[in-house]
Amino acid sequence: MSNIIVLVKQVPDTNARIVLSGDRVDLSAVKKVMSPYDEFAVETALQHREANGGEVTAVTVGDAGADKVLKDAKAIGVDHIVRIDSSESLDSNALQSVLASVVKSMDATVVYCGKSAADTGAGSTGPGLAERLGWASVSNSTSVAFGDQLSVITPSAGGNARYNVPLPAVVSCDKGDIKVRKPNVKGIMQAKRAKVEVKTVDAPASTVSVVSHSMPPAKPAGKSYEGGAAAAEVAQLLRDEANVI
Amino acid sequence: MSETIVIAEIVKGAVHSTTAELITAAQALGSQPVVIVPCTDAATADGASGFAGASRIIAAKSAVFENYDAAGWAAALDAVAPSGVLVASASPQSKDLAARLAARRGISVVQDVVQIQGNNLTSPIYSGKAMQTVALSGDAVVTVRPNVFDAASDNGSTEISVVDTTGDMATAVQEFMARASSRLDVAEANIIISGGRGMGSPDNFVHLEAIADTLGAAVGASRAAVDTWESIPHSMQVGQTGKTVNPNLYIAVGISGAIQHLAGMRSSKYIVAINKDADAPIFQHADYGIVATWEEALPVLQSTLSTMMA
Repeated sequence: MSNIIVLVKQVPDTNARIVLSGDRVDLSAVKKVMSPYDEFAVETALQHREANGGEVTAVTVGDAGADKVLKDAKAIGVDHIVRIDSSESLDSNALQSVLASVVKSMDATVVYCGKSAADTGAGSTGPGLAERLGWASVSNSTSVAFGDQLSVITPSAGGNARYNVPLPAVVSCDKGDIKVRKPNVKGIMQAKRAKVEVKTVDAPASTVSVVSHSMPPAKPAGKSYEGGAAAAEVAQLLRDEANVI
Repeated sequence: MSETIVIAEIVKGAVHSTTAELITAAQALGSQPVVIVPCTDAATADGASGFAGASRIIAAKSAVFENYDAAGWAAALDAVAPSGVLVASASPQSKDLAARLAARRGISVVQDVVQIQGNNLTSPIYSGKAMQTVALSGDAVVTVRPNVFDAASDNGSTEISVVDTTGDMATAVQEFMARASSRLDVAEANIIISGGRGMGSPDNFVHLEAIADTLGAAVGASRAAVDTWESIPHSMQVGQTGKTVNPNLYIAVGISGAIQHLAGMRSSKYIVAINKDADAPIFQHADYGIVATWEEALPVLQSTLSTMMA
């Protein structure tokens, strides 16, 4: 029986326009969704349960507003949902510390997460959590086969590598070839009634603090041409002006 | 600020040229860095000795560095690296290593940095739709996007000391599966030519491949192309749910420039767009925009490049 944990995070819809209010992003009008790569992590966790038996617990960190992402995971089919209560902005050290203390207390077999969250794109949580737990980790997995240990495929220079990964381990998931299941009506009804278990953990002080947000610098207007013949001139400019070929 | 330490970027057992950019980034953080070269053979570190601006080079020698294992590499580098701010490349592998190394030291990690001003580090967030500046108030591990910082010059001759190190491997490589084609992956290439649904059919990607082979480039695709055509694999996808790339040159052909796609390639150094629709959003991000069908433009591009590269 496996005790499977999947980490999920609520992020702005990836199609949303991001706007600033002063020197901070203003997300008040933006729809929040489960980070897309977390969907692959949830699917992999459910497949792990189907292959080896056990239970899947989805864990997130945030305030009560983050309960929705847990309910979404519940609707897809996880067994339990846990929120580590936090309303502060945590740096990677603080975030991983609270996650490590909760995962330790849960006696887990394996932790799945997305390869990165769609807001920061950092991808630090999976490997950082594994190090704190003293576990194996593989990032950017595109395929997982389940047994006494995992067999994980991940990109490597010149192709892919298949890794033997002893458990316990943390695996961060990329899109790969798996199709994610969608919630059905029964799942959505169950999710509505499901109780979020809320845990409180002391976080260490953050040493990385946000100073400001800004819009990406506008790119100066480029040169434009009409007609395919211009490709000859552009090729010359790529060599003589841009020096990139 | 304390000492800065560069973890050399190793690709296929050799020091990658992006390491010279890491030295510049480390200097912006305050001091001449120590450069640590993970290697199985100390001669590998010779590849870093020419970079100007390093205070010293340590060849961190261990059998652990034969194949990548995050736990083993983090342990072996932690044993060698002095305390301070560590700088590594924001490649997928080194971001993973950076996170593990930071966690091992109980410090924070800041990924994908594109600008450094004193202790303030700026990285793209929301896939490049906005920028975030953070302040460091302590040691940290920092990864730096390739092709953003100037490369340190190569007229140095820094002395190399060899230090044996080790760490416990947590995973084991069972097998490597080489790509069928010898072409680079979009995540590895310095030049990328990508096709979108405007290519009309996946069969027409052969025209992109021909140009890619002339330039030593990788072939990418938009999500629309990957979703529409089964023969275009997800591994080629550039964009928010595909790969984020920072090549020197990105050529977008028949790609309109959906926000999804822009998120994955907008930080490329130079962007060329070829699209028949003059109003395609991709043109707002292009250094060189050509309003034309691919059928008109690609043969001209191919023949000009072939002559130039010959």
